[in-house]
Amino acid sequence: MKQTILARIFEDRENKHPVALVTRIDDGVQALVYKDQPVFGELSLSSGEQSRVKNMLHSGRSGKLPESGDAVFVRSYVPPYRLVIVGAVHIAQKLAPIAKEVGYQVTVVDPRRAFATQERFHGVDLICDWPDEVLEKLQLDSQTAVVTLTHDPKIDDPAIIESLKSNAFYIGCLGSTRTHAKRIERLSEAGFADSLQRICAPVGLDLGGRSPAEVAVATLAQIIQSRYAR
Amino acid sequence: MDDSLIKYDSGTGLPDELLTLKQWLAEGRKVALATVVQTWGSSPRSTGSHLVIDDQTNFVGSVSGGCIEGAVVSEALEVIDQGQPKLLEFGVSNEEAWEVGLTCGGAIQIYVEPVV
Repeated sequence: MKQTILARIFEDRENKHPVALVTRIDDGVQALVYKDQPVFGELSLSSGEQSRVKNMLHSGRSGKLPESGDAVFVRSYVPPYRLVIVGAVHIAQKLAPIAKEVGYQVTVVDPRRAFATQERFHGVDLICDWPDEVLEKLQLDSQTAVVTLTHDPKIDDPAIIESLKSNAFYIGCLGSTRTHAKRIERLSEAGFADSLQRICAPVGLDLGGRSPAEVAVATLAQIIQSRYAR
Repeated sequence: MDDSLIKYDSGTGLPDELLTLKQWLAEGRKVALATVVQTWGSSPRSTGSHLVIDDQTNFVGSVSGGCIEGAVVSEALEVIDQGQPKLLEFGVSNEEAWEVGLTCGGAIQIYVEPVV
């Protein structure tokens, strides 16, 4: 691999452009293939090969290029899955770093200045604002998980509504069965009765733990389970 | 291996190993990149997984559950030395693999390339 290729991969990822590194195994000659940018590098690819690479890139798959006779390898580098945590609370402080470790890009949202401090969330994207506005801007998609942790309907409900309107693959909400029953009532009245089964509540797999860190592990485990169950 | 060398950056979504690779290159080390290109049967690491190796046998990442990393590192030294990429195969039918202990019953193909 040439360092120019590596530098370009880093640049692409800064800009959140999915990129496929294509290698001819025999001699190591390489090229980078994009969804809608010209090919970069020395390896020349037919238009048929390019479109097969783009197919793999689109679904984030890596492996031998089909119909290449095992001669060409494709490594797709795609943007990470995202986790949006609403509520800069104690559980969020435990959840953010472990989710990051598992490979999620983590954003914590809380309108309350006392909670949303960099000191409490070192090295995590932190947004001190109302979640409905923030979540709309974040453009939640099928590679995004949302967890609400504030217990406060004024903050949680708008975030849940924004999530239900999106294709977020996971929506988890902290709160007891009773809290959730009341939440179901409110959201039904707001017109979301049909999609409320998407909400995981009480949040997390039932591992039996109660401490903030244990709830964080149970929640992340449930997010991982949802991601691969699809 | 000093843990502080392993940088995490979920913001870019790149595997941590590539971040280490970049850092090692900046330090002027000679480096090879190993990548899982194909697996058969049960293999612990999926296609595309990386192992980054320097010429002092430091390594980060993984291409198996730890069974064949030793063998890949020694092949990588040759790749760094000769500047030519290499395709490695390990499997239960492969005697060398048996020695290095790919016990999961799978087979795996690994591409090792110099970064120049």
